[in-house]
Amino acid sequence: MVSLAGTQASMSLLGKIRQIRWGMVAILISIVAIGIATLYSAGNGSFDPWASRQLIRFSGGLVLMIAVACVDIRVWLRYAYVVYGISLVLLVWVDINGLTGMGAQRWVAVGPVSLQPSEVMKVAIILVLARYFHGLQAEDAGKLVPLLWPLVLVILPVLLVLKQPDLGTAIMLLLAAGAVFFLAGVRVWMFAVAILGVGGLLPLAWGHLKDYQRNRLLTFINPDNDPLGAGYHILQSKIALGSGGLFGRGFLEGTQSHLNFLPEKQTDFIFTMLAEEWGLVGGLVLLTLYLVLVAYGYAIGIRSRSQFGRILAMGLTTMFFLYIFINVAMVMGLVPVVGVPLPLISYGGTAMLSIQIAFGIILGCYVHRDVVIGRRGGFD
Amino acid sequence: MYRDQDRLRIFTRRAILLAGGKLALVSALIGRMYYLQVLESARYRTLADDNRINLRLLAPPRGRIVDRYGALLAYNRQQYRVSIIAEQTPSVDATLDRLSVLLPITDYERRRVERDVKRKRRFVPITVRENLEWEDVAKIELHIPDLPGVVIDTGQTRFYPLEDLGSHLVGYVAAVSEQELQGSDDPLLELPDFRIGKSGVERAADLRMRGRAGTTEVEVNALGRVVRVLSRTEGVAGEEAELSIDSELQQFAYKRFGEQVGGAAVVDCENGEVLMLVSTPGYDPNAFNKGLSGPEWRALLNNEYNPLTNKAIAGQYSPGSTFKTMVALAALEAGAITADHRVTCIGHTELGNVRFHCWKKGGHGSLDLPQALMNSCDVYFYDTARRVGVDKIADMCTRFGLGSPTGIEIPGEKGGLVPTRAWKRAARRQAWTGGDTYVLGIGQGYILTTPLQLAVMTARIASGGRAIKPNVIRGYRAMPSGNGEEGPLVRPAALSTGEAEIAASLGVDPAYIAVVQKGMDMVVNVPGATAYRSRQKNPAYRMAGKTGTSQVKRITMAERARGVIKTEDRPWRDRDNALFIGYAPVDKPKYAVAVVVEHGGGGAAVAGPMARDIIEFALNRNANPPARVNQPTPRDDPHEDQI
Repeated sequence: MVSLAGTQASMSLLGKIRQIRWGMVAILISIVAIGIATLYSAGNGSFDPWASRQLIRFSGGLVLMIAVACVDIRVWLRYAYVVYGISLVLLVWVDINGLTGMGAQRWVAVGPVSLQPSEVMKVAIILVLARYFHGLQAEDAGKLVPLLWPLVLVILPVLLVLKQPDLGTAIMLLLAAGAVFFLAGVRVWMFAVAILGVGGLLPLAWGHLKDYQRNRLLTFINPDNDPLGAGYHILQSKIALGSGGLFGRGFLEGTQSHLNFLPEKQTDFIFTMLAEEWGLVGGLVLLTLYLVLVAYGYAIGIRSRSQFGRILAMGLTTMFFLYIFINVAMVMGLVPVVGVPLPLISYGGTAMLSIQIAFGIILGCYVHRDVVIGRRGGFD
Repeated sequence: MYRDQDRLRIFTRRAILLAGGKLALVSALIGRMYYLQVLESARYRTLADDNRINLRLLAPPRGRIVDRYGALLAYNRQQYRVSIIAEQTPSVDATLDRLSVLLPITDYERRRVERDVKRKRRFVPITVRENLEWEDVAKIELHIPDLPGVVIDTGQTRFYPLEDLGSHLVGYVAAVSEQELQGSDDPLLELPDFRIGKSGVERAADLRMRGRAGTTEVEVNALGRVVRVLSRTEGVAGEEAELSIDSELQQFAYKRFGEQVGGAAVVDCENGEVLMLVSTPGYDPNAFNKGLSGPEWRALLNNEYNPLTNKAIAGQYSPGSTFKTMVALAALEAGAITADHRVTCIGHTELGNVRFHCWKKGGHGSLDLPQALMNSCDVYFYDTARRVGVDKIADMCTRFGLGSPTGIEIPGEKGGLVPTRAWKRAARRQAWTGGDTYVLGIGQGYILTTPLQLAVMTARIASGGRAIKPNVIRGYRAMPSGNGEEGPLVRPAALSTGEAEIAASLGVDPAYIAVVQKGMDMVVNVPGATAYRSRQKNPAYRMAGKTGTSQVKRITMAERARGVIKTEDRPWRDRDNALFIGYAPVDKPKYAVAVVVEHGGGGAAVAGPMARDIIEFALNRNANPPARVNQPTPRDDPHEDQI
């Protein structure tokens, strides 16, 4: 197989495109199709204003995804810190000069488009951690000192995102980073210490939370104590979900979402709308498709020959999984409402784009699965 | 590559662990989904329906009130209302500005509209003004393209064509009070626009005219906007109430009062039907419906002529000389006197050292009972009252309906007062005196009666002593439908056998009543008698009657000495009340009438001629009844309202 590595490095573009896991792309497209149908329903049976735009964005993003898949993963390794650095600068920039939406500063205007740097950071953090752990010996990963630098790499964006404030993204960054640390071989007792440490910091963090975030947490603990105020979202979401039953109320027939009892039905609560109209069966179909996608990511990660490819594919897949879990658990009242969109389904440009780039990279990890990368990286 | 193999081993093991963790999390999600969508689904389905389905009430159209010939006394009229819908105009202010060019809007109205715009949802129409003139409607409709958000819609208002001429009788409707709301479980009362009867027939027949609420289930969105109607159950329209009133007679009598203040009633001597029930001055019940302003309301309350009191049933007056009929009957029945018992009147009589005057200064000379009635001799009845005693008089007039409410359906009736020894002891803590009896003999003092009681008393005399009971609601029928076809009249249970049945006897010997009837005939028809001026021109309508003039203010000895006794010379408040009771025709009595004119002066001069004209008009109407009017008002559609 070693000889193959050399050929892979110099594969033609056409050859690379042939190597792409098209089955994975097909699953991804079917999930997006479900999303567009749901957005069509959310627009009360109209492609305007959401479904059509989502379709256009996805189509554009699809081309980009294929292009990313064809980029040699050693390029990502080389420019990992650059990508991370740019993301960090954008996060600082959004802090200083960002646009406010939904009570938080999350957006920066880059030319004609507004961008959510936190979404970009979700990819960048995996990239930079993959690079770092790629260059780390197995026994070093078990030691404390070599972990300080990646910890800094994680803590910096987490703090910046918390300051926006965007609790959901911060938690996702932490959990995804944790998963990467875990995969890289960090000792389990260190996780225990970290969890205890974070637990100790919680009272301090509480003081820094915005009112609406505290409300969300309090409401999560007891959603029924304020059914028309902070608990409204989650209560209405549960009503919509529950009333869907086993087979749902039918496409375009979801009363709670169409009558606007369900808030944010095109973004964070889109899973509720889908489950109201398609029932438990529809929800399970979507979850299954997601799991197939995650399984693909796993297969690619394990199949990768380089530690960089493994961690990158597995880290990005875990990030994707966290999106799904937090969003679905959130709309069902299992975790507090933290504002995490449902990947590939929720309406929104940056999230869709960053997920497509992430999948481009995962696909790229497969295309370049046999590339041998030295500890110091590069094309040697 | 050994080290990398090591890393791969760790990585693979941990990846599997991580995958296990993820599967556990997904299982939690699926478990939660199963719980919400299968186990708890029914509960959430109910909650979802509660969210989106609103039950709204459909107010049924209120039943009309018609008179005995079908003429409308109260009905529902369409009214036009201009409203503004905030979400349909870029600027409420600008639209109001433009609207005020066509329809001057007061500052008060504007402030109310602006307040409501802020308070209510943006798709809710805010009423700018109700009861628009047709001209204004036309003007606004013409300019509607320039008035974004302005809508004209129709509503229902109760309309009373008789206005003040029938106000006390018909009554009015108004918004439901807090008390009324608590005392009833009819959901209709919770409708914000619902009106219920507050007085008169409107109140008496309220439940029958109200109808039953229909319901409509509507689907609403999170903002409360109606998305579609899911189901609709029609209510039942209120029933139409038919009164025994003759609207024309009612109007005639009211107008005949002119500027005079008082009450009057006409009762059918055979079946107790009330054909006219007037109280002056009236008020316009339509104004109540629109809502009175504070000053308007206070003006009505403080008016010295008490327009809000239904004087025909709640005005309590001394019956004056009309009461002599009762004294005579009591004396005859008690055997205290006979019809030809004579008393000589020298203008006064004395009891102890108190002198009681006859109204005629020089006295009447010797009189028998019919002559005493004819001349209304006070001395004769002082003496008769003394002979028969207060308790027998009280008993007789109680049997003739005085001293307690007659039981007419209209609410607010007063019972008057029939004094007895026991009453005076209890109420005044004083013993009954001979002087009290003297005064009672001429219908003065403590005794109080209402005009309706006097009319009923007269009808009982005219009928030869039968217990005529007054009634005004003939029955109810289903509201005429679109083609104007009326349902059959359903009589109230109490009257269902009524008309044919002859009222029970009061147990007074007809011979005694005949004596009183003879006296009353002479009062009107013997030249020179007190009410000769009030006789009927048409001999077929020959009327019997009795005048009454009751003192409101005691004439002091000083005044009598000064000779200032002419009632016209005294201030209005101090003038005598004028009364007249009568019935006609004498040979076969049809109608009994009672007229009380507050501070009108003499009964013979003021009340008698009014009674004469009223009876004449009533008998003319009876002889030539009008064709039954059948006016379908526009079919009232039930209007929708939300609780």
